[in-house]
Amino acid sequence: MSDGPSADVRPTARRVRLNGWGRTAPTFADVVRPTTREQVATALGQRTSRGVIARGLGRSYGDPAQNGGGTVLDMTGLDRILAVDLERGLVTCEAGVSLDRLIELFVPFGFFVPVTPGTRQVTVGGAIGADVHGKNHHADGSFCNHVSSIDLLLADGTERTVTPESDPELFWATAGGMGLTGLVLSATIRMTPIETSLASVDTDRTRNLDEAMALMAETDEKYTYTVAWLDCLAKGANLGRCVLTCGEFAALDDLPAKKRRDPLRFRTGSLLTVPDLVPGRLPNKLTMGLFNELWYRKAPKHKVGQLQSITAFFHPLDLVQEWNRVYGRTGFLQYQFVVPFGREDGLVKAVETISRHGAPSSLTVLKRFGPGNAGFLSFPKPGWTLTLDFPTNTPGLARLLRELDEIVLTNEGRFYLAKDSRMDPADLARMYPRLERFREVRAKVDPDGVFVSDQARRLGL
Amino acid sequence: MKDALGAPQSLLVLGGTSEIALTTARAMVAERVRRVVLAGRPSAGLEAAADDLRGRGATVEVVAFDAAEPDDHEKTIDEVFAAGDIDVVLLAFGVLGDQDADAKAPAAAARVAQVNYVGGVSAGLAAANALSRQGHGALAVISSVAGERARKSNFIYGSTKAGLDAFAQGLGDKLHGTGVHVMVVRPGFVRTKMTEGLPDVPLATTPEAVAEAIVKGLRRKSSVVWVPGQFRFVMSALRHVPRPIFRKLNI
Ligand SMILES: Cc1cc2nc3c(=O)[nH]c(=O)nc-3n(C[C@H](O)[C@H](O)[C@H](O)COP(=O)(O)OP(=O)(O)OC[C@H]3O[C@@H](n4cnc5c(N)ncnc54)[C@H](O)[C@@H]3O)c2cc1C
Ligand SMILES: NC(=O)c1ccc[n+]([C@@H]2O[C@H](COP(=O)([O-])OP(=O)(O)OC[C@H]3O[C@@H](n4cnc5c(N)ncnc54)[C@H](OP(=O)(O)O)[C@@H]3O)[C@@H](O)[C@H]2O)c1
Repeated sequence: MSDGPSADVRPTARRVRLNGWGRTAPTFADVVRPTTREQVATALGQRTSRGVIARGLGRSYGDPAQNGGGTVLDMTGLDRILAVDLERGLVTCEAGVSLDRLIELFVPFGFFVPVTPGTRQVTVGGAIGADVHGKNHHADGSFCNHVSSIDLLLADGTERTVTPESDPELFWATAGGMGLTGLVLSATIRMTPIETSLASVDTDRTRNLDEAMALMAETDEKYTYTVAWLDCLAKGANLGRCVLTCGEFAALDDLPAKKRRDPLRFRTGSLLTVPDLVPGRLPNKLTMGLFNELWYRKAPKHKVGQLQSITAFFHPLDLVQEWNRVYGRTGFLQYQFVVPFGREDGLVKAVETISRHGAPSSLTVLKRFGPGNAGFLSFPKPGWTLTLDFPTNTPGLARLLRELDEIVLTNEGRFYLAKDSRMDPADLARMYPRLERFREVRAKVDPDGVFVSDQARRLGL
Repeated sequence: MKDALGAPQSLLVLGGTSEIALTTARAMVAERVRRVVLAGRPSAGLEAAADDLRGRGATVEVVAFDAAEPDDHEKTIDEVFAAGDIDVVLLAFGVLGDQDADAKAPAAAARVAQVNYVGGVSAGLAAANALSRQGHGALAVISSVAGERARKSNFIYGSTKAGLDAFAQGLGDKLHGTGVHVMVVRPGFVRTKMTEGLPDVPLATTPEAVAEAIVKGLRRKSSVVWVPGQFRFVMSALRHVPRPIFRKLNI
């Protein structure tokens, strides 16, 4: 028996307007928030012909956790930790548990999540669905590399425990499969041992993109966590100037004596909420240009061994809750692509194009990926990944993005589905050569297409 | 599904040979529309329209649809939605009639109303219900400035558009907050086959201008668009002209 509310108190469906983190393309769906496995199964059984999709914390930018006219299962009610093995660093938890919660619970025991995106407000289900990556991708791979087992509820209502060994096809279709193979109920994660809760961070400012790329290629093997923030409005000799941060969890010995007494202390930090009333035009070319300049100047030219909290190093954006509201009503979109090593020209061309266009991307992040995993639709592959975000009312944005699409395609690149909200469906198969295998697995486990999202409809996944 | 920039991917045209609708379809296919369904009375013209859009890269289905046969509307439209989501329904069919002749033949006048208004009500509702079920999408209804205030020279057609316009506005309000966007399009005089041979009038416009306004209005989620935009002011002035004077105007 579960310890949640008794199964006969059925959560009722409510028709709700849903959108992704970018607040674009909303649709209406019947949202159910189950709190037990039984309730998940019941809700799945009560679906209509418009199907079902799981939703975690809705941190995907576009529409993968929406299902217009159908059922959306808000999985955040499945929030229990089921088993912990501190010896081996294994945690089994329900799919709605957030990485934030895992960090809060396990850092004091000397364990960090194996992979964290730039926000920790994501669920385990969402981290598996998008096979998320973090600053350690080049060293540790993406989230599903650290998942040893998944309990999946299939379209026919049966529950299956899927491991990379027992059912590699289904496991790797689910890893990065954007919720389309079934409902993740729980998973077992291999956590990363840490001695302290502080990161020791080295920072470097580079004058331009070439310098940044050279430095990144050189530093990657020395650090577990690396990322560069890029000023996409800088031009000419400063084109693509970056602030590169590289870090490692500090060892006990790295801490000053005072901090050694409580090396695994963890605090979330104070949170600030952006009100909904900010005018829709706040971030523009002028303000972003200024912001970028300040950010760049504020960074030290070269600094080593600075101790930073988990929040400051991994999740600075989490300090401002619902920061996506600064873009106002019109919303914004993220554009993240990867181009393989050897295609640096493509990356440079993309940065040039953006700079020439003067499009104000506030958070531009450059990172080197290591080897990808076997996930059929998993995004990372060896190469350079650039993430940009643009308010959707940026003049000429559609044209700029089509220009960038072309650069990405001709350079054998691809887009990240967790960020996508506008790609051309025709490009998908070229970008994901294992798409057909994904479809085959899906046809086997879900022949009637019960699991479907707005994104799946939009892209014909 | 619409994308983050508001570009739709699928379009159903009711009145598949309408010049205004086809110009709009071409503009949308040039962006992201890939699936187009042309619903209309079977004809060589309808097939030619389909081929033209295919040539522009769209997948086109042709469906038999007669605005004057409301009993079939729901089934026809439901079948289109069953085959895949529709992001935009463009209700474009309409007949202008021949005011002078129709005034003398009441049954002929009723046919104008049958197509423009009665057909608009049943097809509009069938489309709106299907859109509501899928939880997203837009219905654009082509009304006319002629419906804003009935003129003696054109009141049969004008009254059918007035009815259709009021119907679409009410429907839009009813559906507000359900994910379905209803947009009323009010063109002035547009040079198409409908107005062929008629003398040009001030503010006459082109199907391209109407298409552009429709595409933009859908993206902005406008509830009413006038083409050209000046009509909004012209008509609001005209609406307030006292009857005795309006009656004497030669329009
Ligand atoms: C500020 C910010 C920074 C980010 N940085 C990064 C980054 O650095 N790296 C990165 O990889 N991503 C990043 N992301 C994206 C984010 O990590 C992913 O979109 C992630 O999937 C969000 O998780 P979620 O719980 O919100 O899932 P949702 O967005 O709700 O859902 C994502 C997908 O997972 C599926 N899903 C969710 N739960 C389940 C379940 N229980 N069973 C089956 N399928 C499920 C959904 O159907 C959907 O397809 C960032 C997002 C934000 C807002
Ligand atoms: N042109 C203008 O000046 C103007 C101005 C304001 C508003 N409008 C409106 O705009 C819309 C489109 O007109 P348009 O200018 O594009 O003219 P059009 O090319 O003549 O289009 C009219 C369309 O209506 C269709 N239609 C007529 N009767 C029908 C029926 N019984 N069943 C199904 N379809 C039928 C026609 O199809 P067939 O090929 O089968 O005849 C044709 O596709 C109309 O609603 C019109 O009233 C036009």
